[in-house]
Amino acid sequence: MDANLETKSAKASTQIKTESKKKRNWKKGLTYLAFVGPALLFFLVIQIVPFLMGIYYSFTSWNGVSSAVEWVGFENYKRIFTNDPIFFQSFMFTTKFMLAAVLISNLIGFGLALILNAALKTKNILRTVFFLPNVIGGLLLGFIWQFIFVRGFASVGEATGWSFFQLPWLGDETTAFWGIVIVFAWQISGYMMVIYIAALQGVDQSLLEAAKIDGASTFQTITKIIVPLILPAFTICFFLTISMAFKIFDLNLSLTGGGPFNSTQSVAINIYQEAFQNNRYGLGTAKSIIFFVIVAIVTTLQVTATKKKEVEA
Amino acid sequence: MNKYTKKTFVLEIFAIMLALLFLVPFYFVLVNSVKGFGEILIDAAAWPKEILFSNYAKVWEIINFPKAFMNSLVITVFSIIGIVVLSSMAAWKMVRTPSKLSKIIFILIVSAMVIPFQTVMIPLMKLGGTLGIINSIPGIIIMYFGFGVPLSLFLYHGFVKGIPVEIEEAARIDGCSQFGVFWRIVFPLLKPITVTVIILNTLWIWNDYLLPLLVLQDAELRTIPLATSSFFAQYTKQWDMGLAALVLGIAPVIVFFLFLQKHIIKGIAQGSVK
Repeated sequence: MDANLETKSAKASTQIKTESKKKRNWKKGLTYLAFVGPALLFFLVIQIVPFLMGIYYSFTSWNGVSSAVEWVGFENYKRIFTNDPIFFQSFMFTTKFMLAAVLISNLIGFGLALILNAALKTKNILRTVFFLPNVIGGLLLGFIWQFIFVRGFASVGEATGWSFFQLPWLGDETTAFWGIVIVFAWQISGYMMVIYIAALQGVDQSLLEAAKIDGASTFQTITKIIVPLILPAFTICFFLTISMAFKIFDLNLSLTGGGPFNSTQSVAINIYQEAFQNNRYGLGTAKSIIFFVIVAIVTTLQVTATKKKEVEA
Repeated sequence: MNKYTKKTFVLEIFAIMLALLFLVPFYFVLVNSVKGFGEILIDAAAWPKEILFSNYAKVWEIINFPKAFMNSLVITVFSIIGIVVLSSMAAWKMVRTPSKLSKIIFILIVSAMVIPFQTVMIPLMKLGGTLGIINSIPGIIIMYFGFGVPLSLFLYHGFVKGIPVEIEEAARIDGCSQFGVFWRIVFPLLKPITVTVIILNTLWIWNDYLLPLLVLQDAELRTIPLATSSFFAQYTKQWDMGLAALVLGIAPVIVFFLFLQKHIIKGIAQGSVK
């Protein structure tokens, strides 16, 4: 009898417990939704839904205006791979540009960081100066440099007679390419510098002193000790510069507009023109999907490759 | 190590010279923005014979600078308030609820960071038309919420992990609600990363060109980059006015930077260390 009562009351209490637990779970779920829901909602509506729509439209001949969207299967993709020399050209330009820009801006950024990590009296002002171009948008920077290439360089060239300044900057395929690289490096190096300085400040000073005592040269100290120790910073800087260089649009548009003869047209500009100027939205989205796949593959490969090195070091 | 030697001195001189070289483009823009058109053509490197402010006066009128400035300001400020509120709340809750769902949401949002804007822009314009958020300032702000959340949430997520949970638990026992705990206790602790989030998003949104170009078609709604670029397109090679427009366009963000440069440089460094 006693035992029976006990089990009964135990049952009742577990029942109450599960009920209150259910209630609690329900309440927990609601607060979770209140905190996480809004961010997730905006993210899904603005990024994921259009992304999925893009995949769908890339298989259509949609022109952006008509409501009738015709399914064309792989037609757009076939056309891009077999019969679109300008897209191919823009892809080649973007890749070459990315390689040059990533290399140069990281070299300068890392070099500046090494210099400004020393006990210079003016280091705070200098950091501010080198970072300055980053606060200005790519579009306006492009216009600034258009003026410098066209008028500024001409004046300097006249005054000094140096042929470097008398080149047809922006007017010739090769110099226009390097012109964009120069401006990109000028803009981005300061940003990279800041990240590298942050990493350098985390390096254990005693290791550097030990290397000095052992008679290591500056070059050896940099390549054998500093670089391996701050590899995570290289992973980040390469990731940032690769993705920024790949997606170049504003700077490219205001500096050369893709010219001369489409030779400096980035993939981003090509996609923009295909959709909004030629009104071929289906084809444009197909290009943008290919672009996404390439950006995703390249950045993932780079991050895994440099991360692996980090572990070894 | 930190002694000031002869070598440091040489390094310092070298660095200063490099910095001056970095500043040369600004010299060209400033100096020529107060010259007459003819004088620019004769010698762009020379100091102006006479400083003319008429270029600025004309440009100020033509691009309706106060309007463009206000549009940029409203868009930037409200987008950032939204991004900070949305992503800090979500990140905190996700860290404090270590479930499978939280993990999936986190991975989904973070991996979306590799989606280039160009990939979503075309369908987004279609969707924006359906939702009626094209050609409106609130509309573009909502879009910035969506694009701003991933990076900001990622930064908050990393930061929250480093905050001990004990204070929050104590507050809960004392009867504080979840929202109370977040806004009164957690959010003030997030200040360093909030500064970083604000800085990164300000530089991006203020300078953004492509999204406003697609969304804000009315001249009335133009932001500073849009107004400056349409001015350039209309007056191609009108360097005197164009350069004055450029100076007006870059001045606000440079002033912002010079006032807050210490925080900005620190914030950028913090934002990149993952």
